Amino acid sequence: MNATLGRFLILGSLLVSTTGAVLGFAAGAKRSREGLKWTQRFAYAFAALMVVATAVMEKALITHDFSVSYVAQVGSLSTPLWVTIVSLWSSLEGSILFWGFVLGLYIAAATFLTRKDHEEYMAYSIATWLACASFFSFLIAGPASPFLSVAMPPTDGPGPNPLLQNHVLMIIHPPFLYLGYVGMTIPFGFATAALLRGRLGLAFLKPMRTALMLPWIFLTIAIMLGGWWAYEVLGWGGYWAWDPVENASLLPWLTATAALHSAVVMERRGVLKGWTVTLIQGSFLLTILGTFMTRSGVFNSVHSFTQSSIGPTILVFLAAVLLGSVALLATRIDSLEAEGRIDGAVSREGMFLLNNLLFVLFTFTVLIGTVFPLVVEALRGKQMSVGRPYFDSMVVPVGTALVFLLGVGPALPWGRASKEQVRRSLLPPLIGAALVGIIGYALGARNAWTLLTLVFGGYAAQVTLAEMWKPVVQRMKRGDSLVTATVQAQFKRGRRRFASYIIHAGAVIVIVAIAVSSTTRTQREVSLARGQSASIGAYTLTFLGTETRNEPNRVATIARVAVAKDGKQIEVVEPRMNQYATMREPIGTPAVHSTLAGDLYVSIMNLDGSGENAGLLLLITPMVSWIWIAVLLMGVGGVIAIIPTRSAVTVLEPQDSAAPAVAETAALT
Amino acid sequence: MSNVASNPTASAAMRRQTRLFMVGAFAVAAIAFMVIAAGGINKNLVYYWTPTDLHAAGDKAYGASIRLGGMVVPGSIRNRSGVSGLEFDVKDATGMVHVKSNGVPPQMFRENIGVVVEGTMTRAGYFQCNRLMVSHNNQYKAPKAGHPMNKEELKKLMQSTEGLSDSSK
Repeated sequence: MNATLGRFLILGSLLVSTTGAVLGFAAGAKRSREGLKWTQRFAYAFAALMVVATAVMEKALITHDFSVSYVAQVGSLSTPLWVTIVSLWSSLEGSILFWGFVLGLYIAAATFLTRKDHEEYMAYSIATWLACASFFSFLIAGPASPFLSVAMPPTDGPGPNPLLQNHVLMIIHPPFLYLGYVGMTIPFGFATAALLRGRLGLAFLKPMRTALMLPWIFLTIAIMLGGWWAYEVLGWGGYWAWDPVENASLLPWLTATAALHSAVVMERRGVLKGWTVTLIQGSFLLTILGTFMTRSGVFNSVHSFTQSSIGPTILVFLAAVLLGSVALLATRIDSLEAEGRIDGAVSREGMFLLNNLLFVLFTFTVLIGTVFPLVVEALRGKQMSVGRPYFDSMVVPVGTALVFLLGVGPALPWGRASKEQVRRSLLPPLIGAALVGIIGYALGARNAWTLLTLVFGGYAAQVTLAEMWKPVVQRMKRGDSLVTATVQAQFKRGRRRFASYIIHAGAVIVIVAIAVSSTTRTQREVSLARGQSASIGAYTLTFLGTETRNEPNRVATIARVAVAKDGKQIEVVEPRMNQYATMREPIGTPAVHSTLAGDLYVSIMNLDGSGENAGLLLLITPMVSWIWIAVLLMGVGGVIAIIPTRSAVTVLEPQDSAAPAVAETAALT
Repeated sequence: MSNVASNPTASAAMRRQTRLFMVGAFAVAAIAFMVIAAGGINKNLVYYWTPTDLHAAGDKAYGASIRLGGMVVPGSIRNRSGVSGLEFDVKDATGMVHVKSNGVPPQMFRENIGVVVEGTMTRAGYFQCNRLMVSHNNQYKAPKAGHPMNKEELKKLMQSTEGLSDSSK
């Protein structure tokens, strides 16, 4: 019953999205208002069908209806309810359905929010979204159908992948990633519409930027959650290994970040229209490439699902979108006329260009390193991977240069500036640079790149704080109280500016924390008998013995280790091995004692049967928790940036209203 | 400030020139980048080999970064519980390699299990391992005792990275 209903709904969504896409493109070409109205209705209908189909699947999962193929594959009577609910995205077919569900929500929301504005672009935009929707409907209907009927339903199933149950981060990481990936469809639709229309008015920039910022926030958080999960579960004490699937999530983030920056230049100066559109198209393409890499099984990892047949289908879609985008860009990019120009290299906009160059370099570095083994294997049948040193040696200089720009960029004024002006803005932050550099050196940082990152980071931190403080001071000079001035300057008038500095502050902390944590960690591998101690840094660890605990869905073997710092007992940590019934080998879960200064990481390497001896990996890694906190700060900044404003003019600073781009935006809104 | 110049032809010519310059500069930068990236990749390739591949490679085997996949030969493990000095043999259907490793092996490490070791082949005839991994993946089916893994299974195993338990340095 559920399976038939599900198949029926998916076929409906395939029909609705395809028809809506065709209708939308026609309506766009004819500039038909009536056609646009109907296209919007089809968009809502697609979303409704997807929501209902997903609800049917959830119902089937919760009621353990094993006659539905996906439930038979991942369901189990013995898993807790929450595991049953989240197993929607625990395997390939369900995760593609979840993708369709998220896409439906995005399309409905974007259609609704733009229902009264931007009429000239909307038919094309919705048509593009629905074209993507029809591809995913096709995947769900055919190659990756979760709604197949099982002729002889089993009485119980195996349950979802134990890795999903093993840590809560593994449950929240995928939805964030999908929200980021799928969300890129919306700006892609806007950009495609601008190309098809051959025009990109600055008023249309606002929905485009919001549509880009939202998935950017989700992707930022998702990448962090992925790294955090690897750190908390995989047991080697690192959070990033340049694994292909990790790279797949980073690539669209890099181009989206570049696009968010070039959009600012476009808004201020009326240039870089074609470039911004190219970056948006690239971001979408990279999400599809990422889907291919993680979902097709070309890379074998926890993220990928083997025995999958959707790889070729996604590859065809990727090729079609790539060819379409390139053809569209090649023929239409010239029609996106620049309305202004860039005056000098040593200016805010010059730094924006440099920023974009670095992000593109970063993207290519990661892309080449990730795709190279695939190409070699396809061409010559040889198997290999690109080692970590390649990525580190390429990315470290680029990352350091980015911190440099985080400081110098915002310090420089827009437009042509006098030498005196430049000197006045660039010199004071050297105090912050020296301060942070000296503190880092005093605390033991010796790696040259790390020290350089610290110095640039200190510079950027001072610039960021000063820029946040500046409008408040201006208002206070005009007689506002500190509180009024802060609220007015940061949350009312200059909110987007404030938000961007929050994100910058987060970014500075993340890069510094990555540099410090990856170059100053201490590692020891020890073999301890019960009662024996070992020390690392200021910590002394004593192995107290092992313990076995029966939990509802697993059996855990726990090594109890007492931790003392400077001779004072502080905690008993419990690294463990979780044995799941459906898995032959146990999953290790290390114990992490986190402080702001650094983490003590204890991971089991081996336990002998008697529980008398334990091989432990001990690590002290400074500043790791700063990465998680700072990325959350970046997310918060992003949210502040996109809260809807009553008046769009508020996003602009009064002192810059001389620029024509600004005047135009103000006039249009 | 957006000075649409009074003379449109002169401005168009200038714009063309600027664009030409930009494209040229970009091309030079792109080529330089590609050369650096290609060199970086070449130096850091890790080859996925089986013991048979390793023997077949002859002299080429020495010095390269290799990810070697195979099965731990029963009875070959020495120094299991020590912090260093672990030794064992890894085999596939037709070849066998002696492996020396430092560090404590992962919990799951045992006889007859599929392992991936990363390191280099030494001229002394053993494989110096600096990263020992045991598969963690629930979808990976462990070989039956006594049946060495076939090439296809080994390939799958060696491609794994994240699903592995690991004792990296």
